[in-house]
Amino acid sequence: MPSLPDMMTPDAAALAKAAGKGEAIPLAAGTPEHDLFTGLLRLGDNALILGHRVSEWCGHAPVLEEDIALANVALDLIGQTQLWLGLAGTVQGRRRSADDLAFLRDAWDFRNLLLVERPNRDFGHTLMRQFLFDAWHQPVLKALEESTDPRIAEIAAKAGKEVAYHLERSADLVIRLGNGTEESHARMQDALERLWPYTGEAFIGDEIDARLAEAGLMPRPEALRPDWEATVRAVLDEATLHAPQDDFAQTGGRQGRHTEDLGHLLSTMQWLQRAYPGAAW
Amino acid sequence: MQAETEQIWRWLSEIPDPEIPVISLTDLGIIRDVDWQDDTLVVTVTPTYSGCPATSVINLEIERKLRENGIERLVLKRQLSPPWTTDWIATEAKEKLRSYGIAPPIDGTAAEGAVAGRVRRLTGAAPEVPCPRCGSARTECVSQFGSTPCKAAYRCRDCLEPFDYFKCI
Repeated sequence: MPSLPDMMTPDAAALAKAAGKGEAIPLAAGTPEHDLFTGLLRLGDNALILGHRVSEWCGHAPVLEEDIALANVALDLIGQTQLWLGLAGTVQGRRRSADDLAFLRDAWDFRNLLLVERPNRDFGHTLMRQFLFDAWHQPVLKALEESTDPRIAEIAAKAGKEVAYHLERSADLVIRLGNGTEESHARMQDALERLWPYTGEAFIGDEIDARLAEAGLMPRPEALRPDWEATVRAVLDEATLHAPQDDFAQTGGRQGRHTEDLGHLLSTMQWLQRAYPGAAW
Repeated sequence: MQAETEQIWRWLSEIPDPEIPVISLTDLGIIRDVDWQDDTLVVTVTPTYSGCPATSVINLEIERKLRENGIERLVLKRQLSPPWTTDWIATEAKEKLRSYGIAPPIDGTAAEGAVAGRVRRLTGAAPEVPCPRCGSARTECVSQFGSTPCKAAYRCRDCLEPFDYFKCI
């Protein structure tokens, strides 16, 4: 069972001192290493932050089956986080672990999409956020299977098998709730309108994306839009939901400019490592 | 004196899966290779699902079993590629799953992410998963995620029993 270190012993003090000091190399912006590190953070942070958000439902879902399903989706995403951030750690320096990157960075060092840090609100809103993300996540992983870096390709192939089930589930539930009762339809339409401005960010590339695509490491964000739109349109039609016409996109998450919601999430997620640095079990 | 690799495979086949103890680690198909490199035994293991909490227990069990049998220098290697697939579950193990009450995976029904062709509410298509208790084909999926990430929750519409389906990936 987990146990916290006794903070009065010299051992615990040494642990605390060593926490997160895994010889990180300062990576200069514009170098291939920095580009790769950033690209991996963008993938890993999406999985981590959405995984944490979904895990907030554990014990609170409307029915037992959904509680279990949400926990399992969160578990998949946290597992994928370990792979992406584990690889990011090896790019950044020796002995930098996925845990160091997850627990010892502040909000401005995170590179996730703003979409995944949106608070859960109700069950319908959580499902809509999941669907809009899954419809992007599945094609991005498919494209990453072709990465010139075999380490990226193998993580993408592994994660892609899991995400295919996430997408099936979230699409199915968006349809059932959208095309359900008057109440569930209204909530899903409201969720769609609230989340829509956060969907465009995934398809707006910057110079880092351009260099990563040039090197064949990761796809251009813009290239994923047709796949995403086809899936979203088919599912929303069936769900009798209407996407807003306005394509205004909130941006910044992929560059480290976040909404205040991420800070609140991190204060919960990182609490233990901040209160007891180096705690391990 | 090094144990023969056949013997090591036999030892590994005696380790039950921590979550589904009727099948072994070798039944599950997650042991990809056993190889002596000089005086060190390298066991290559592939995870089922990347977030599966059983992975660390599995590694612990492998280490314990091999140490009990006198293997001192041991390295467990994680291999992601090719990714684990339910096709690697041995045929006889699928029968063990069924008699344990878990519907075994149906080959060729893995999700591919092509939603328009997959979601039942769009096409009406869904794999037919026979009830492991009464054999009825009149079953329905309650949730794509059951008691573990690798299973879906189903219900039989004839005998009315809920059951787990080991979904195909």
